[in-house]
Amino acid sequence: MDFTLWDIVRNLITGLQWTLALSLVAFAGGAAVGLLVMVMRISDHGLPRNLARTWIDLFQGTPLLMQLFLVFFGGALLGHDISPWAAAAIALTLFTSAYLAEIWRGCVEAIPRGQWEASATLALNRYEQLRHVVLPQALRIAIAPTVGFSVQVVKGTAVTSIIGFTELTKTGGMIANATFEPFLVYGLVALGYFLLCYPLSLSARYLERRLHAAA
Amino acid sequence: MAYRFDFQPVLAHTDLLLKGAFFTLELTAIGAVLGVALGILGGVSRAWRLRPFAQVFGVYVELVRNTPFIVQLFFIFFGLPSLGVQLSEWQAAVLAMVLNLGAYSTEIIRAGIQAVPHGQFEAAAALAMTRAEAFRHVVLKPALGKVWPALSSQIIIVMLGSAVCSQIATQELSFWANFIQSRNFRAFETYLLTTLVYLLMAIAVRLLLNWIGRRFIMRNR
Amino acid sequence: MPLLRVSALHKYYGDHHILKGIDLTVEQGQVVAIIGRSGSGKSTLLRTLNGLESINDGVIEVDGQYLDAARADLRTLRQTVGMVFQQFNLFPHLSVGENVMLAPQVVKKASRQQALKLAQQVLEKVGLAEKFDAFPDRLSGGQQQRVAIARALAMSPKVLLCDEITSALDPELVNEVLAVVRQLAADGMTLVMVTHEMRFAREVGDKLVFMHQGKVHESGDPKVLFAQPQTVELAQFIGMQQ
Repeated sequence: MDFTLWDIVRNLITGLQWTLALSLVAFAGGAAVGLLVMVMRISDHGLPRNLARTWIDLFQGTPLLMQLFLVFFGGALLGHDISPWAAAAIALTLFTSAYLAEIWRGCVEAIPRGQWEASATLALNRYEQLRHVVLPQALRIAIAPTVGFSVQVVKGTAVTSIIGFTELTKTGGMIANATFEPFLVYGLVALGYFLLCYPLSLSARYLERRLHAAA
Repeated sequence: MAYRFDFQPVLAHTDLLLKGAFFTLELTAIGAVLGVALGILGGVSRAWRLRPFAQVFGVYVELVRNTPFIVQLFFIFFGLPSLGVQLSEWQAAVLAMVLNLGAYSTEIIRAGIQAVPHGQFEAAAALAMTRAEAFRHVVLKPALGKVWPALSSQIIIVMLGSAVCSQIATQELSFWANFIQSRNFRAFETYLLTTLVYLLMAIAVRLLLNWIGRRFIMRNR
Repeated sequence: MPLLRVSALHKYYGDHHILKGIDLTVEQGQVVAIIGRSGSGKSTLLRTLNGLESINDGVIEVDGQYLDAARADLRTLRQTVGMVFQQFNLFPHLSVGENVMLAPQVVKKASRQQALKLAQQVLEKVGLAEKFDAFPDRLSGGQQQRVAIARALAMSPKVLLCDEITSALDPELVNEVLAVVRQLAADGMTLVMVTHEMRFAREVGDKLVFMHQGKVHESGDPKVLFAQPQTVELAQFIGMQQ
């Protein structure tokens, strides 16, 4: 069977859509969990703070591939087989949460102590201080590094090809095997990621410059 | 019915896990030395805008940083043979790690060089040093010192990322984990212990790099 | 009964004994000026009064509420005790009006309309009603500090703590802030201020507290103490300031 260039590209685009979908799910889920982990990480209490720190250290100190395997095979142990898509979404969400929590903690800690104190003095409790005074300011400086990290999430999705999720890399692997054109196919796969990631990298850099120009 | 964990079938293969761990460490060591060396070349080219290297490194950095490591690995291992470049599994793994780390460390080290006050360079020039001598003796070490923690983190990221090299049958740690679980059918236990080994390696490499940083790089600060 | 009473207050930072048994009373409507060298514990004392610093021993009683090393209902306490800082600490992401409206809305659950009205009133009081929509970085230091005072007043505190509120200001901006404080005192607000403004302390203060090495070294009527300090340390301190 012969593949035209268009056949290859068409199939890769389908794979690319799954890469995009997984990236979006992982990023949204990771942001939600990451916010929680970040709040725990900056807590006054030792227990949540240490739990959050352990969470971050575990996910930053082990390979994404292993995290993926543990979710994939761990789900099977709990009695129900877990699809590659679900395993990929869960593992990448957890992975993303750890990194975003750490990035955002840095942004929150960059807000001067006096802002916490001034709002404490006005009888706001710690949650209200965070919600109304610190987070809105931290958000401004968090945007650039968060967009920057989204590139890592998109690239991280490529690892899920190993557990059989047919995103861009997996699709590329199958086509490369069928066409015996690995140079062309992997080149196109790389191009696909580049098209997703480069605009994100550029925006992150632009946002960072704008923030520094404003400061 | 509760699942009964059994780590014995994994521990029986401890020798394989250790063998894999050491190979991962070897790959990481070679990748780190060559990758940081490449990053120094790239960093100074970019920081000092040395034509045409600055442009070449600029394109290289963007290409590498905006594509996944595993795709770079596949491109090198499966794609390059069409150009007549046939690399073994470990050579492909090392090349991918060096190129990947080289791109990130180019940007990290560039920032470090730019953070060294220009007066340092001028003082060296006033002492009749050439640009290369000034870089080598006056700029490089403080620049590395400023970014050593970031560089250390990146080396660890590359080490952990090398787990996907099992996909081209490089015989590093995750390769042997795959092998063991295919024999004992204890996938979860096998990967859990393997993950633990990676974690310990990450901690050990971090400590080692911190020590190297204190002992050799940031000594004068 | 005094509005604020501190007794046998101790505070440590690690091994460092910062406050060594402070006793202090503040009557309703009194203006208390706390003076002393840097490191004498005066700012720390002020910060314990609304729980910004925890205490290791002793009791603080404000308007019938107790605060000690073991327990503190800071939420209630801080609605009674307002504070203004040396560095203003306005919220840069909020306009002047929003800075003032935030706490009444969040803490006291005031409606937007109520908070708006309140904010206009207190900003009027500090002479900045027309700056309602401005952002803090558009204001001079003196104006920022007056907004900070208005922000504290919006919570209707019974006591207002002022921590060196003119120290970060250019000299020509000091008086506009002191004028506001003077007016507050005249209106009967209870004020506890750590200050370097000796003339202001003498003219407006009802009570002077001189802190030295973590203790209240001398306290009393400012006019008397400035004229005839009872201790060498206070005499030296006053001498240095002139």
